[in-house]
Amino acid sequence: MQNKVLYSVTGIFQTPDSIKHAAKSIADAGYKRYDINTPYPVHGIPKAMGMTISKLGYFTLVFGLSGIALALGFTWIITNIIYPLVQGGKPFFALPPFIPITFEVTVLLSSCGTVIIMLLLYFKFPNNSHPLHDTNYMKKVSSDKYGAYIMADDPNFDQSKVRSLLESLGAIDIEDIYYDEETVSLRPKVFEPKFLGFLLVAILITAGATYFTLNKLLFMPPFDWMSFQSRVNAQSLSTFFPDKHGMRMPPSGTIARGFMPFPYEGDPDKAGKMLVNPMTNTQENIEQGRKQYDIFCSPCHDWHGTGNSRLRGQFPNPPSLHSQKVRNWSDGMIYYIITMGQNTMPSYAYQVSREDRWAIILYVRTLQRAMNAKPEDIK
Amino acid sequence: MSTQEFQVNYEKKGLPSTWLRNGLIFLVLGIGLSAAAYFIEPQRALINGVVAYMFVFGCGIASLFLIALEYIVGAVWSVPFRRISEFLAALLFIAPVLALPAFFNFHQVFHWSAPEAASDAILKAKAPYLNVSFFVIRFIGIFIISWLFYFFIIRNSRKQDVSREQFLTKRNITLSGAFIPVFAILISIMSLDWLMSLEPHWFSTIFCVYYFAGSLLAAIAALTFIVVSLNERGYLIKGLTEDHYYSLGGLMFAFTNFWAYIAFSQFLLIWYANLPEENFWFINRMNDTWSYISVGLIVLKFVMPYALLASQPSKMNPGRLKLAAFWILGAQYYDLFWLAIPNYYKTGPALHWTDFGFPLLAIGVIMTVFCIVARGKNLVPIGDPKLKRSMDFHL
Repeated sequence: MQNKVLYSVTGIFQTPDSIKHAAKSIADAGYKRYDINTPYPVHGIPKAMGMTISKLGYFTLVFGLSGIALALGFTWIITNIIYPLVQGGKPFFALPPFIPITFEVTVLLSSCGTVIIMLLLYFKFPNNSHPLHDTNYMKKVSSDKYGAYIMADDPNFDQSKVRSLLESLGAIDIEDIYYDEETVSLRPKVFEPKFLGFLLVAILITAGATYFTLNKLLFMPPFDWMSFQSRVNAQSLSTFFPDKHGMRMPPSGTIARGFMPFPYEGDPDKAGKMLVNPMTNTQENIEQGRKQYDIFCSPCHDWHGTGNSRLRGQFPNPPSLHSQKVRNWSDGMIYYIITMGQNTMPSYAYQVSREDRWAIILYVRTLQRAMNAKPEDIK
Repeated sequence: MSTQEFQVNYEKKGLPSTWLRNGLIFLVLGIGLSAAAYFIEPQRALINGVVAYMFVFGCGIASLFLIALEYIVGAVWSVPFRRISEFLAALLFIAPVLALPAFFNFHQVFHWSAPEAASDAILKAKAPYLNVSFFVIRFIGIFIISWLFYFFIIRNSRKQDVSREQFLTKRNITLSGAFIPVFAILISIMSLDWLMSLEPHWFSTIFCVYYFAGSLLAAIAALTFIVVSLNERGYLIKGLTEDHYYSLGGLMFAFTNFWAYIAFSQFLLIWYANLPEENFWFINRMNDTWSYISVGLIVLKFVMPYALLASQPSKMNPGRLKLAAFWILGAQYYDLFWLAIPNYYKTGPALHWTDFGFPLLAIGVIMTVFCIVARGKNLVPIGDPKLKRSMDFHL
């Protein structure tokens, strides 16, 4: 027993009444570092020991308040700052829907926090060695006997006095408990590298398993079902039609809605005779024509149709639109020229819509009239 | 274990003489003030009368429910207090008297019965339930049924004081089993008829539970207040421990939370859906000075009782228990006031001096009825077979 240290003196009692009496007497004798062990909770022991209400409740309070702050802060940041979305016409941060969340986080944090703090502070977790482990005393008090022990680090501790006290209280089995300082440690082990490393590994494994499960094993593809429909895509082969064309030709003798055929190719005289401007000579239509003329025609024909263009000789200047020849052309003729092109002028059929072409013609007629005004126009 | 017969350590004493006197003072004051209120502001006084009636009725029927609950779950700790709840349940006999003024001014209280309601499509659709004759039938039926249960349960309990026979407890357990589902229907119909129909266009399916939660809270608070006051003066059985007090405080605390849970559920669902046929009820209570009364309800009925009863020692402290019980009774009256008055006075000052006579009336009625019923009776069910176990009660 040379290298062993005295931990406590233990006494075994037979009945719950005697252990209650013993607890009260030990407390009255002025001992502070002692404890009572019973196989089941015996009513009145904490009172007999003179214990006050546990301070653990304050930890619960702190954890509960942090739960409230955490939940409200989290929902506030999410809904007000990171991802503000209007939902059901409610304010971004409306308190009522977040009350249940706050309640749950508060309960979760305060209950888990209390248990963890209790393990750490009162049970010195993760230190699971204790001098009373595997002693006869512990075997008895965890089956059918009641026990009291007074620790050697109590300021009033005196081995012989304690033994006589326990004896006078009626203890039947008094033992001295020694422990080996090398194998049994009484210090908390929370900050030991071994425990911290274990925590780290546990965290990593949990996080990794969660990641693997959610993102690999249970991976759910994004909803791309619309990409895989039983329809024929544009430009692709069809196995249904005998000609294998996925895109179908319109039935012969039909035209698309809004399409106007132009059967005058290579026959400007016929076009000039047959075509009539469908647009009326209104302010609105002329304005539409002016816009399109300024965009498409004015680079070569000049703002007013004189042919003195802004191209500055890089292309041959077009003839003036105010010559007698042009003024005598019918609207259909000019329409043919815009549609098919003439000399170096290309076709504008693909750039200027049919309606815009007719509007441009209205504007050209307006320009011609303005350049060759008759005396009665001035009125 | 000893085989000798359990000696009941109870000495029969009459109630403190001041109680009946104070009760009568409150009653006279209350009747005077509310009668004055009726002549000055008849409409408001009538609605206040409905509030006082619902307060007293809730206390009475919830006390009967507490008794039935004790029998049916075989509760042990509450046996010494059961007699107090039995006396409080006698409020069921005085409650209809408080409802009489509303019957004499029916159209003024229940607008759905007014002739103009015939042109209202919603009220027309509700007419098969909300019509005067069916209303009166329901009212009478509720009281007759609850009186019958009161009569049988309390008669068995009182007989046991002398005969000490166990079969009376068994009979009461059967009666309680029948009473509890009936109670759920009775209190639901009463809260529908007398509180929800004050705003006949509005509906909430959780409203009956809301009224039940508040009434049960009031019954427990009244019980706690009386038990602690009597035990401090030594009128009850000797040997009640802190654990008995703790259980009473725990029940008050639990039902404070239950009330808050129900009240918040009702608010959250209506707030979230924001349907015009539901939300106007809360909008009325968020306008004008009523918004302060509504915030006050949260503070008075949830925050304060919660803070008063949250810690373990406070549930064992007699002074704290009495304060919390008194506070909760006041908060329950405030809650019923908040349920009823804004239906009629949507704007303007929320409180009026004529409102204050009616809580006095309700308190006076409760105290007077309690003292009169308890006169000459045992304050503890001394013949109950569970009494010994209840004195050994430990948490």
